[in-house]
Amino acid sequence: MLEALTGAVELGLLYALMALGVYITFRILDFPDLTVDGSYTTGGAVAAIMITHGYSPIIATLCAFVCGLAAGACTGLLHAKGKINGLLAGILMMIALYSINLRLMGRPNISLLRTDTLFSAISDNRAAFIPVLIAVVLAAKLLLDAFLHTDLGLALRATGDNARMIRSLGANTDTAKILGVSLSNGLVALSGALIAQEGGFADIASGVGTIVLGLASVIVGEAIFGFRTVFQATLAVVLGSVAYRLIYALALRIDLLDASDLKIMTALIVIAALVIPTVRRSMRQKALARRRTEELLGAAVRQGGRT
Amino acid sequence: MLEIDHASKLFNPGTPDEKVALMNVRLKLNPGDFVTVIGSNGAGKSTLMNIISGVMKPDIGEVRIGGNAIQELPEHARSRWIGRVFQDPMAGTAPTMSIEENLAMAYRRGEKRGLGRGVNASRRKLFREQLSRLGIGLEERLGAKAGLLSGGERQALSLLMATFTQPRILLLDEHTAALDPARAALITSLTEEIVRETKLTTLMVTHNMEQAIRLGNRLIMMDKGRIILDVPESRKSSLTVPQLLGEFERISGSALSDDRIVLG
Repeated sequence: MLEALTGAVELGLLYALMALGVYITFRILDFPDLTVDGSYTTGGAVAAIMITHGYSPIIATLCAFVCGLAAGACTGLLHAKGKINGLLAGILMMIALYSINLRLMGRPNISLLRTDTLFSAISDNRAAFIPVLIAVVLAAKLLLDAFLHTDLGLALRATGDNARMIRSLGANTDTAKILGVSLSNGLVALSGALIAQEGGFADIASGVGTIVLGLASVIVGEAIFGFRTVFQATLAVVLGSVAYRLIYALALRIDLLDASDLKIMTALIVIAALVIPTVRRSMRQKALARRRTEELLGAAVRQGGRT
Repeated sequence: MLEIDHASKLFNPGTPDEKVALMNVRLKLNPGDFVTVIGSNGAGKSTLMNIISGVMKPDIGEVRIGGNAIQELPEHARSRWIGRVFQDPMAGTAPTMSIEENLAMAYRRGEKRGLGRGVNASRRKLFREQLSRLGIGLEERLGAKAGLLSGGERQALSLLMATFTQPRILLLDEHTAALDPARAALITSLTEEIVRETKLTTLMVTHNMEQAIRLGNRLIMMDKGRIILDVPESRKSSLTVPQLLGEFERISGSALSDDRIVLG
């Protein structure tokens, strides 16, 4: 049981980078970007192929990040300059990346089991694994926070928040969108590269459902931990990714569920996390409206009695 | 300062809904001019604002600022010269970002945005000073989200964001129309004060006839995409609302029809 839980935390931390990427598009740019299903695989593919060809795992991981940036930039260009609907631009890139990934890999699955990866150094020492991952993920989170508070980062946030305003202040919202989608997919590919190295293989189908996993992390995190500031929101996304993995690990302990039920579990978690706050808010709003109306009515009646 | 030279703009060209938005408009604003713009619905007032700011490009004609033709530049490339406040209080600020972050974005108006911190100590000091000029206590709420402000507070913030970096031209597009009378009066007096202090060349669309006469040094009236009346400072001071309405009927041949008009 404990092993299952530490495994869930490790995986949650590795997926947190991907979730931060999804947070950039989904929450900051208000752009549900499906490219991530492809770029996640791209990250794993680039890292695996370079490592098996003898490149250092660090270089391979960096290249995976850069390839993710490039893939995201393509989606951003399609959307911002080609004026293609955001969802469609993402789907087109996702499909295109499937072929590209298969070309890169040459076969549907590459094993990394007998090669050195980024994690080889700490693979004998599992106790050090989680602290190292926490440090890496926190560093990425803090860097992203800092970026989102620079002049450029503010313009990026405003592009999703009020594009008309930031254009009138002189920022090119097309460039901001391309930059944001690019950065997002860079992080997703980085996550894919790390998970391929941790798991010991890259697989052509590994990216399927990445967007839903990312959304689940973002939404679960926000629902549990809140998102008032950028600092808080990115922390919530990281913790949401871990929380999601823990929920999932616990769900798998139920005998009725198989590993293949992951997708529907994810869908149900996302649906619950989306629907419950909406229902709660509307109920609270209704109760508030009723109470205020009764108060005002009461006041009017009292006043009417006096005059 | 600002010249519009024979500018025309057609909406939905070649369709049954084709509409003349601007027809051969000529307008020249001198530095420091404060021009109020009135006119019926669909007279072209907003289109005029839009072709100046770059939201739209004129089909033919030129827009010049300081002698340079800018009609082909996109909106973001013109913003260094043009500050703008919209009618909708939601439009001028980013609601999920704080007051100081909104000001930081305005602070970089028209400049390259890099990896420097958006809000640092010296900028924060400047923002606090500037906000205190508004006199509504926003300087104590630098970290508050703009979305939590009332409509009047947001328009005041938008007005500051549009002006404190000293662009050359200020465009006010009915920026008090969505506010209740008390807040509208506050924003109007802030506008007067800021324009007087910064000496910005200003173009203000309004539905309030009394305001159009009282504010500024020049008044233009638009109808069906044309400027039909241009009242200079000398005549404007003695102008009354009934005179203005009479003038409109005389020139356009119909009564001024504006469902939101406020006679003052």
